[in-house]
Amino acid sequence: MLTFPGSLDDVDAARAVRLAGGEPVALWHADHDLLDVDAVVLPGGFSYGDYLRAGAIAARAPLMQDVVARARQGMPVLGICNGFQVLCEAGLLPGALTRNSHLHFRNRDQVLVVERADTAWTADYRTGQRIVIPVKNGEGRYVGSTEDLDRLEGEGRVVVRYADGNPNGSSREIAGVTSENGRVVGLMPHPEHAVEDLTGPSTDGLGFFTSVLKAVVNA
Amino acid sequence: MVVDVVLKPEISDPQGQAVLGALGRLGHGGVRSVRQGKHFVLEVDGTPDEAELKQIAETLLANPVIEDVELHLPTD
Repeated sequence: MLTFPGSLDDVDAARAVRLAGGEPVALWHADHDLLDVDAVVLPGGFSYGDYLRAGAIAARAPLMQDVVARARQGMPVLGICNGFQVLCEAGLLPGALTRNSHLHFRNRDQVLVVERADTAWTADYRTGQRIVIPVKNGEGRYVGSTEDLDRLEGEGRVVVRYADGNPNGSSREIAGVTSENGRVVGLMPHPEHAVEDLTGPSTDGLGFFTSVLKAVVNA
Repeated sequence: MVVDVVLKPEISDPQGQAVLGALGRLGHGGVRSVRQGKHFVLEVDGTPDEAELKQIAETLLANPVIEDVELHLPTD
């Protein structure tokens, strides 16, 4: 669990890891030590106040360089919301996230369709499964050039897509994408906010965290 | 040294569109389009190294996936 100045959802995400049966480890952006972690979650929030561009400064933080190096070797990395923005800025995932087309911050429970149920973070879902997890962002509109989007779709790298309404104007209803090897996943909605009946609209988000535990045990 | 960063033409700019809407309400109906960008002013020691400044602009100040940069070097 990598915390930057301005991260907000690191505690919720750590709790989700624990509920899934994992052991969350706190990491600080300015350190240069990934300790012995098996996977990294970049949580939501507003790292560095979203200055310059959302995720831009965090993507160049000291520990992110280690995360990028380990991710390229196959370590699973999940970026949620601001974490997704960081992964795009760091070049681990294609495309970019920018201001919502309607300019409003949007938060609501969102229906998603899982299109890839074979990544390190989504193996506990079924292809085509509809899940409900909260979405909350002001700069969540996924964009890329037409050629890049065509290539992404051609390679089957859209992991989750918005259904029953697009909350932010994202190109082709894309809510989350993966790296070529399926180990790095970024998405704007927040699975860590849908892990308990008491506090979430469902427990549909837990699958991200149980999936990765199996991925690292099987590795 | 000045760096201007603007969204690529194919990326829609809802902030610019909101400004355009406000201009229309203020009676400036003749404004056809507004694109909003960022303007960076950098002061550097010694003579600016154009290659380094270009690198700064393209690796941090702008995201080349969605933005274009314009460099303006001092002309003295």
